[in-house]
Amino acid sequence: MSEPVIRCRSLYKIFGLNPADLRIDGDGVVEPSILEREGTVTAVDNVNLDVSPGELLIVMGLSGSGKSTLVRCLSRLIEPTSGSVEIEGMNLLGMGDRELIDLRRSKMGMVFQNFALLPHRTALENIAFPLQMRGMKRRDYVERARRMIALVGLEGRENNFPRELSGGQQQRVGIARSLAVEPDIWFLDEPFSALDPLIRKEMQDEFLRLQSLLNKTIVFITHDFDEALKLADRIAIMFNGRIEQIGRPEDIVLNPATDYVSRFTSDVPREKVLRVGSVMNPPSEGEEVADRAVDVTDRVENVVEYVLGQRLPVPVVDSGDTVVGVMHQAHVLKVLFPSRSEPA
Amino acid sequence: MKGYAWLGALVLALLLAKSAGLLPAFLDELPLHLEKSSIDTLGDAGKEAYTELVPFGLILDHTFEFMREELGVSLVTRFVSKRLKELIDIFDNILRGGRKGLGLSAPPWTALLVIAFILGYSLKGWRLALLSGGTVMYFAIFGLWKFAMETLALLAAAVPISIIIGLLVGIVAYRKKWLELALLPILSVAQTLPHFAYLIPVVVFFGIGHQTGVIATIIFAVPPMVRLTLLGLQRVAPEIVEAGKMSGCTNLQLLFRVQLPSARNELLLGVNQVIMQCLAMVVIAAFIGASGLGYRLLHKLQSLKLGQSLEIGVAIVLLAVVLDGLSRAWAEKKRDYAADLPFHRRFRYPILLVVMVAAAYLLAPYFPILEKVPRDLTVTYAKTWDGLVDWIVLNWSDGLTNFRYFLIVNVLAPLRDALLYMPYPSVLLLVAGLGLLLGGYYSALLTLAFLVFIGLAGWWDRAMITAYMVVFATFICIVIGIPVGIFSALSERRAKTALFWCDTFQTFPSFIYILPVIMLFQVNDLSAIMAVIVYAIIPAVRYTVEGIRSIAPELEEAATMAGCNTRQRLVHLQLPVAIPHIMLGVNQTIMFAFSMVIIAAFVGTIDLGQQIFKALSETNIGKGVVLGLCVSFMALAVDHLVTRWARERRRLLGLD
Ligand SMILES: Nc1ncnc2c1ncn2[C@@H]1O[C@H](COP(=O)(O)OP(=O)(O)OP(=O)(O)O)[C@@H](O)[C@H]1O
Ligand SMILES: [Mg+2]
Repeated sequence: MSEPVIRCRSLYKIFGLNPADLRIDGDGVVEPSILEREGTVTAVDNVNLDVSPGELLIVMGLSGSGKSTLVRCLSRLIEPTSGSVEIEGMNLLGMGDRELIDLRRSKMGMVFQNFALLPHRTALENIAFPLQMRGMKRRDYVERARRMIALVGLEGRENNFPRELSGGQQQRVGIARSLAVEPDIWFLDEPFSALDPLIRKEMQDEFLRLQSLLNKTIVFITHDFDEALKLADRIAIMFNGRIEQIGRPEDIVLNPATDYVSRFTSDVPREKVLRVGSVMNPPSEGEEVADRAVDVTDRVENVVEYVLGQRLPVPVVDSGDTVVGVMHQAHVLKVLFPSRSEPA
Repeated sequence: MKGYAWLGALVLALLLAKSAGLLPAFLDELPLHLEKSSIDTLGDAGKEAYTELVPFGLILDHTFEFMREELGVSLVTRFVSKRLKELIDIFDNILRGGRKGLGLSAPPWTALLVIAFILGYSLKGWRLALLSGGTVMYFAIFGLWKFAMETLALLAAAVPISIIIGLLVGIVAYRKKWLELALLPILSVAQTLPHFAYLIPVVVFFGIGHQTGVIATIIFAVPPMVRLTLLGLQRVAPEIVEAGKMSGCTNLQLLFRVQLPSARNELLLGVNQVIMQCLAMVVIAAFIGASGLGYRLLHKLQSLKLGQSLEIGVAIVLLAVVLDGLSRAWAEKKRDYAADLPFHRRFRYPILLVVMVAAAYLLAPYFPILEKVPRDLTVTYAKTWDGLVDWIVLNWSDGLTNFRYFLIVNVLAPLRDALLYMPYPSVLLLVAGLGLLLGGYYSALLTLAFLVFIGLAGWWDRAMITAYMVVFATFICIVIGIPVGIFSALSERRAKTALFWCDTFQTFPSFIYILPVIMLFQVNDLSAIMAVIVYAIIPAVRYTVEGIRSIAPELEEAATMAGCNTRQRLVHLQLPVAIPHIMLGVNQTIMFAFSMVIIAAFVGTIDLGQQIFKALSETNIGKGVVLGLCVSFMALAVDHLVTRWARERRRLLGLD
């Protein structure tokens, strides 16, 4: 595996704590008694995290579980109380103002839940803003901003002020602005939750399209499991500031590490998470099967109709077209109706 | 509520003891400064035996003396004074010509006319254009040109300086918590300190004169700008600041390109406030020798030339309305997307302006009337107004005298005597009880501390007289203002009209309210109270209208569906929900009343205001400042209690 782009160790953010009162043991872990102190809120609690290049990590959790605080610590919008954060091997927390500004001007982009557009600037001027801050020449930044406008499909809206744009359009501006400096690392804090469901779906597709073009390292916060499943390489589930579990969506649904995670995922439609490979039987000799095979990496959701439509079990093949298993109708039903097939 | 009954019982006991003659003297009155027997008529303050328990005045005197003499503050003040005078001279010269300043010759009055007109038109349209153009015409035609230009020059110097200082202080206070904490109480006091109280220290440090007026004006106008800058910066959404940081802003870039522009609304409101405060103060600064319309007005009022005073007063009011209109229109002006317009379209107003002003300059030599309105063409209706006043005096004076007599004998004097009769501990107990009830120990201690200061400073009785005038005026304002507000709020159209007039009246510099009152009631104590009522009624009306109109539409619909008639809707929905806002209005009414009561000293009162006035004429700095603080503290005590109550009430109603 290549070096992680983001690496944090024993990261803490305790609001309301006087840093002088902090007590840390040899491993950089804060003494538990400190976290219980009155008047303090432990928003990020001993988080260890690696994000590799090109990975899309989704952070989920209930309101107040510390997702935003975590991301703000990773971008150092908030000063962590203790712990370490490395960005491409550089120590983020040791940087001076100048270095930090340079880092943000070249490597990081962030999209905010409430868009956070500058009200006094037009769409184009908002997008050009980070470029201007870098001291780019007018002709260059206008040119680059126009490209960004085209990238997010906002042509014709360049000269509108934020208040004259719909929510979806405003968020496109926010996205374009965060991409203008061509960052390697992209933070998105609930970028679509202020949008209505239709626009949200549209923006998710848009986002996937962009990601397939740009292939950035992404930390993406969301409340919405569907959204997470649609986008995630890995999901991290947070509870009370801790990361309860981090892993591929299937792992989280099939093997919840804690009670909390299993409750959190209990309502997740399993057919959307599980892939054919994780529910099939191994191939058995001489079994009569249907003509058309399904792919081992397909989501169950996408093959339900076909499998249930067949009289015979369906063969499962891998990318090399070798048969690696069979899928019975019962497998599908078990995924769709877990509680009925496994009475508690 | 029940828990505090013992306080009430204690107050009652004190009163009973006093009426039975059993109250020991030290619990009855503070060492006396007013001989009771000598204030039977309201007009006469009587002999004074004025004792401070703590010589705050003296302490201040010495402090100021020390600052002036030992710390070399006078060197600084002299320097500032001189520079400021040069600046004013420059503006004066630009507007009026003359040999001072840059030595330019006076611009033709028509140049100013077209500037006013085009400015008004480009900012808002015909109505504002006519208003501002008309105002300039008024100055010229009524022969007030010179004074109006003097006033404008003062404003031109005071406004930008106030804005810059306010902005800077506001920005630093935003970034340094300790400064904010230190400033907040100062800003509160500054907001409630009577105008005249500002004048005294300024005179002591800067002497009498034109530029002193500007200094007082700046000191007076800076606090609202600081407050609004701070507020605006604090209100910028944290996400926007974060977006700025993520865009790689340095601290300066963040401030100038993210935070200040995002706080635009508050900043522009601040600019508007600065302009209005400056105008109000420039008028009052006439008392310390600032020339211009205010000086002229004061001069004419003192010689009771009411007709001429009225014409000057109208000029001041017009100026206020125009400046308010222009600055508001500028603040609300949306940027248009002129990006692609050709040069001559994009800059059409500036071009038009340059052309017209050039035309005025070029034509003026050939048509002298464009240069200056000759004296024999100026008009005045002063005689007519004087006649009107005479007529009023002649025909109404009996009625008015009777009315006045009735009011004084049956209402005012008893109210005042009742307040003076109350043993001081009973007043303290009452206030502390209110504090406990509304805000707990903190409120009780705070308000008590305010009152104790007044007692220690030796102005208890005067303060009670101020209090009685404020109480009476507030009562009348509530009785008239709130019903008027309710009536206006019942229909959308009427509400708009009412708010429009409230806005307009509120722009008038407070001193102006003295004028019509003098014309109707002459110079006496009743006029003072009338002026207070007329001025302080505005917020009572405005907040009532706003409170009722801002009720959530769903609630109104719910009431409609429940089958409420107008009266039921008012009683069961609108008033209960709007009450916290209306109370804030009452609070504003009280604040306005305090400020006006002091100004009304000009027409003769015997309260703290009269003493401040006296301190001003004696340039007694310690006394003046202490008196000013007394007024400010009374106002702040009331303000604290009422806003506490309103906030609590809003919380209970779930309106926040
Ligand atoms: N500036 C702050 N001062 C004190 N406490 C804070 C601050 N910011 C956040 N918190 C607290 O930290 C905890 C985590 O907040 P955070 O905003 O990170 O949650 P979140 O998971 O992003 O929630 P949401 O889904 O609602 O956005 C919360 O309990 C919150 O009250
Ligand atoms: Mg959040």
